[in-house]
Amino acid sequence: MSQPMHHQPRIVNRGDRLFRAILIFFGLAVLAVALLIFVELWGVARPSVERFGLRFLVETRWDPVQEQFGALPFIYGTLVSSFIAILLAVPLGLGVAFFLSELAPRWLRQPVSFLVELLAAIPSVVYGLWGLFVLVPIVRRFELAVLQAGLDVLPIFSGAPYGIGMLSAGVVLAIMIVPTVAAVSRDVFRAVPNSQREAALALGATRWEAMKVVFDYGRPGIVGAVVLAWGRALGETMAVNMVIGNQPVISPSLFSPAHTMASVIASEFNEAVGAMHVAALAEIGLVLFGLTFVLSAVARILVLRVEHRARGRQSAAEGVGA
Amino acid sequence: MVSESVATTHLRARRLGLSARRVEDQIRRRRMVDRFMRGLMLASVVIVLIPLFSLLVYVGQSGLRGLSLSFFTNLPKPVGMAGGGMANAIVGSMILVGLAALAGVPVGVLAGMFLARSTSRLADTVRFVAQVLNGIPSIVVGLAVYGLLVLPMQTYSAWAGGMALAIIMIPLVTLNTEEMVRMVPRDLNEAALALGIPAWLATLRVVVRAALPGILTGIMLALARVAGETAPLLFTALNNAFWHQGLSNPIASLPVTIYTYAVSPYPEWHQQAWTGALVLVGMVLVTNVLARVLGRSRYDRR
Repeated sequence: MSQPMHHQPRIVNRGDRLFRAILIFFGLAVLAVALLIFVELWGVARPSVERFGLRFLVETRWDPVQEQFGALPFIYGTLVSSFIAILLAVPLGLGVAFFLSELAPRWLRQPVSFLVELLAAIPSVVYGLWGLFVLVPIVRRFELAVLQAGLDVLPIFSGAPYGIGMLSAGVVLAIMIVPTVAAVSRDVFRAVPNSQREAALALGATRWEAMKVVFDYGRPGIVGAVVLAWGRALGETMAVNMVIGNQPVISPSLFSPAHTMASVIASEFNEAVGAMHVAALAEIGLVLFGLTFVLSAVARILVLRVEHRARGRQSAAEGVGA
Repeated sequence: MVSESVATTHLRARRLGLSARRVEDQIRRRRMVDRFMRGLMLASVVIVLIPLFSLLVYVGQSGLRGLSLSFFTNLPKPVGMAGGGMANAIVGSMILVGLAALAGVPVGVLAGMFLARSTSRLADTVRFVAQVLNGIPSIVVGLAVYGLLVLPMQTYSAWAGGMALAIIMIPLVTLNTEEMVRMVPRDLNEAALALGIPAWLATLRVVVRAALPGILTGIMLALARVAGETAPLLFTALNNAFWHQGLSNPIASLPVTIYTYAVSPYPEWHQQAWTGALVLVGMVLVTNVLARVLGRSRYDRR
């Protein structure tokens, strides 16, 4: 009836319409997959959710024979092991990211990036194998040295030096998440406009002082990188399962064997002794799903914020220039 | 936190009645901190790469010790018998990855094209969900597929394992495809449209073709990634000590076999696990290098 709008091309071609429908269909398929994961998980976990309710999260007893299920030891193990990993991986990852974005000569960037990304490409089970036969003996020697030095008066260093346990798991996790911290932070630093660096250097700042400016500008993105890496550490299964000792105990000692949420699902699901055991393990999976869902959502929002801000500045500057 | 310039340092020093000596000390200190921090950054690169080299060396050395032709042609043998191999696991992994690709590649690529071609709110939602899916632990995907396929079929199966791997592939391929298609300069699309071909043909024959190397790289990397996944297969594909018996039965895979052997108490099996790891890491390495050599997008300016 009215004039066709000029700036909005109408879809007249039948092929275009069909093509668009196909693309939308596959876009929706991604949503369907996510929904399916949740629904199926919920289906398997329901008996446990209904029976234990929120008590599940704070109960410490895990007794498949008596059908008493509390997930606290696993939640504790997951949180502590991933915390150790973050503690080790964040400074290292930031160092690598600074090196790649601010210091490295151009010819060195590609190879170093490639090697760090390779670290992310090694399968988890291979990390587990290496951890079990190479890292654990090293950790055991370290623990022995700590005990001989008389540091076992501290509760975090108490207990027998098995090698297998929380500390080994934390170290393996750290190695596995460093690439995430490094890659995402590097991208965040690269998104920081050059004017920030140049302004700092022009004021007489040293390279390091200029990097602190870059860091400040990218801070939400860095937090995002850490959250993202944390999410990876929470869900990591095989490598942890192979070095953590798989015992549902809550001990303040870093040397003690422990268990994580992902790891207990891997060890017990196939040998589950009853329907309620299966459901309880699936409920742990559900908790893990919820946790990582929230974390990656938060991380994405934080990383996006830096990129938007940088892009906004850039286009504003271009506008002034024109 | 911006530090002041040398000139302002001097000015302020004079105002405060400080000697030029103090000022120079301060500058020297700042230079030292600078050098120290830069040293730390270099050190962190070295520290991060040590585990990588250690791992590659151990996998290489220990793996080579058990490497022989029979490893690729024989079935596993019971403990104590020599000459066992992982032929069934290698073939099983190929079947599982093939099944995953069958479902994961088309869905991933087309969903990625949707994201690159649409500015709707639906596209934003799909992108967000794909990113979140990417962060879901793979073991959780395994649990979901257990509920979806294993329970109704009443058996572990290659189908279920392939499905789990496909679900892990989809967000990887989707997000990479979007990025690669977006990198293609807009002019190309407009030039094609100006020649009068319909938009969908311009997308397929010009834009997507230009982005194809990058898309293929992403697919290869995603395949390498799922080929190494263990956790989602534990209770979907399970394991099998024999050749595969159809897709509706449990099937062996390289990662699950490595895991089973690694945590067993037998030294011979540990040896087999190392050799399996060598094969797996070799495959992943070759794929990664190939993907990078073959497929850097022409429009990637990073």
